[in-house]
Amino acid sequence: MDFSYTQDQQNIRDAILNQCSQFSDDYWLERDREGLFPLDFYKSMADAGWLGVAMPESVGGAGLGITEAAIMMQAVAEAGGGMTAASSIHGPVFSLEPIALFGTEEQKQRMIPPILSGVEKMCFAVTEPNAGLDTTKLKTRAEKQDGGYLVNGEKIWITNAHVADRMMLLARTTPLDQVARKTQGLSLFFTCLDRSKIEHRLIPKMGRHAVGSNMLFINDLWIPEEDRIGAEGEGFKIILKGLNPERILLGAEAVGIGRNAIQRAARYARERIVFDRPIGMNQGIQHPLAKCWAQLEAANLMVMKAATLFDKGEDCGVEANAGKYLAAENAFEACHTAMLTLGGMGYAQEYHVERLLREVLIPRTAPVSPHMILNFLAEKVLELPKSY
Amino acid sequence: MKILVPVKRVLDYNVKPRVKADGTGVDLANVKMSMNPFDEIAVEEAIRLKEKGVATEVIVVSIGEPKSQDTLRTALAMGADRAILITAEGEVEPLGVAKLLKAVADEEQPGLVILGKQAIDDDSNQTGQMLAALTGWGQGTFASKVEVAGDTVIVTREVDGGSETVSLKAPAIVTTDLRLNEPRYASLPNIMKAKSKPLANKTPADYGVDVAKRLTTLKVSEPPVRSAGIKVADVDELVAKLKALGVAA
Repeated sequence: MDFSYTQDQQNIRDAILNQCSQFSDDYWLERDREGLFPLDFYKSMADAGWLGVAMPESVGGAGLGITEAAIMMQAVAEAGGGMTAASSIHGPVFSLEPIALFGTEEQKQRMIPPILSGVEKMCFAVTEPNAGLDTTKLKTRAEKQDGGYLVNGEKIWITNAHVADRMMLLARTTPLDQVARKTQGLSLFFTCLDRSKIEHRLIPKMGRHAVGSNMLFINDLWIPEEDRIGAEGEGFKIILKGLNPERILLGAEAVGIGRNAIQRAARYARERIVFDRPIGMNQGIQHPLAKCWAQLEAANLMVMKAATLFDKGEDCGVEANAGKYLAAENAFEACHTAMLTLGGMGYAQEYHVERLLREVLIPRTAPVSPHMILNFLAEKVLELPKSY
Repeated sequence: MKILVPVKRVLDYNVKPRVKADGTGVDLANVKMSMNPFDEIAVEEAIRLKEKGVATEVIVVSIGEPKSQDTLRTALAMGADRAILITAEGEVEPLGVAKLLKAVADEEQPGLVILGKQAIDDDSNQTGQMLAALTGWGQGTFASKVEVAGDTVIVTREVDGGSETVSLKAPAIVTTDLRLNEPRYASLPNIMKAKSKPLANKTPADYGVDVAKRLTTLKVSEPPVRSAGIKVADVDELVAKLKALGVAA
C-alpha cells in the first residue's frame, strides 16, 4: 500500500501544472463567455505530447497507464481550467483506447497519430436520445452493403462533434430482433465526420460553454469497411472496456476541480477582513472547508485505487464506480462550500467559483448518475436484488 | 563545445519556509523540493545553445543528498544529455561545491559552465565566482544575455543602474539572472526519454575533495514581524517626524 507518487508521476503532475499555468483564470472565463473551443490550450497540450499519455509508444504515445492519465487529467482540471480544459482533450487521451486495443496495425498507424499531434480532432458518439444508459437499445443503424456500411440515426450529448474531424461511432449492424443476446449486433467505427451527411446542433447548456455538446442527425453516411474497429457485432464488448477508465478519469478531474475551489476559498478566507479580522478565523468558515478537503482527499484515494487496479489488469468496477461517485459528490460540495465562503462575491464570475460550480455538475451526472452507481454497488457489493 | 550546468535541489519557491523550533535551520521535512529557479534558467540557456548548434552536449551535475537525482531527472527531461550525481550528506558549503565542480570540469573539459547566480535557499551567490577563481577562467555573472561565437562568449550583465557587456574567452563561467530566459515546460516524450539518459553516481571522495564544513551556523530565526507604521495627518507633521528621526534636515 504505497500512497506516494513515483518520480514519473510527480514529474507528470508538475509538468502539467507548469504547462497549464500559461492559461490564466481569465483565459478560461473568456472561453466560457464566448463559447469558443480552447484551441490554444489544445494545441499546446498536443505539441508537448500530452494527448498520447496512455497510447502505445508504437503510435507515438508514452505507453503509460490510466493512473498516469488520471494524474495528468486531475492536474489539468486542478490548474483552473476545470471541465472545460479536461473535456477539450478527453477524446484523444482516453477515447482512442478501442483502436489501440482492437484495431489492426494499419488502422492504428492511420488513425491515431493525426489525433495525437493535434492535426485532427475527434468525438465519441455513443449516447442516443432514446437509449441513454441502456446502450444496447440504441437505434442508429449501420446497414452492411458492398465494401462498407450505410448509416442512419441520431446521437445526443456528443462533445466536440461541432469541431471534430473524426468520429468514434457505435451503431447497430444486426437488428435487435435478430440477435441471441441484446449486447450482440453492435459495431464500432472510427470514421470521417462527413458534414454533408451529418448535421449537428449545439445543445444550450448550464456550463462548460467552450466545449460544446451536440445532437447529431446522421443521414445516409457511408462508412468504408476499413473504418470498422474490431469484428462486426463486437462493438458493445469493446466499448465496455472503456467504462471503468472513463469513470476513473472523471473522478480524478472532479477531485481536481474541488481542490481548486477549496484553494480559492481558503485564500479568500485568509484575506477577506470583516469586523477587523479575516473571516477565515471563524470556525464556521474553517470547518466546512476542512471537511471538504478531507472528503476530497479520501475520494481521491478511491479513484487512485481503481486506477492502480486497472493498470494491474485486475477487476476495478466497484472501485471505479465508488471513486467516481465519491469524487463527484464531494467535489460538488467543495465548490458549493467555496461559493458560500466567498459570500456574494462567489456569485460573481470574476471569482471563478461559480464557473467551477457549474462545471462540477458534469462529472456528477456523467458518464453515469450517482443513482445508477448506488444501484450498482447495492447489487454488486451488498448482493441486494436489482431494483429496476 | 560541452556545457556543464550545476543544479541544486532546494525548497520549492512556492513553499513558505519554516524555521526549525531549535533554530538550527529551515525545516525540510515533508515539504516540496524542486530545482533552484536560477538553475532552471541555466539549464534552459544551455539547451538553447545546443539547439542553436553552439553546444554539442549538455551535462548537468548536482551535489547533495540522493534525492537530488530527481532534480537531475527534471533537467534531463528539459533536454540535458546526461547527468552526474555527487552524493554528499548534509550541507555542502559553496567552497566545497566549487572545488567539486572544478574537479568535474577538469574531467569533462566544458567550454562553458552555466550556473544559477545563487540558490534561493541560502542566497550565498558565491559558487560561480569561486569556481572562476579555482579554474582561472573568465566569469560573466548575473547574465541577461549570452552569445557565443567561436570561443568568444559575450555576456550582458545586469548591474546597478543598467547593463554591462563583457567578452570572455572560452572556457568561461556564466551565472544567470532572472531575465536571461523563460525556462520551458518538460514535454511528455522528453520526460519519458529522460528515464533512459545516463546518470553517473559519484561521491566527493571519487574526486578527492574534502567537503567538510568550515563554517558554523550559530542560529537561524524567522525574519522579525514588521511592526505597524505611523499615520500622519499632513505634510507638516510628516516633515516634523522625519526631522525628529534625523532623516531629513
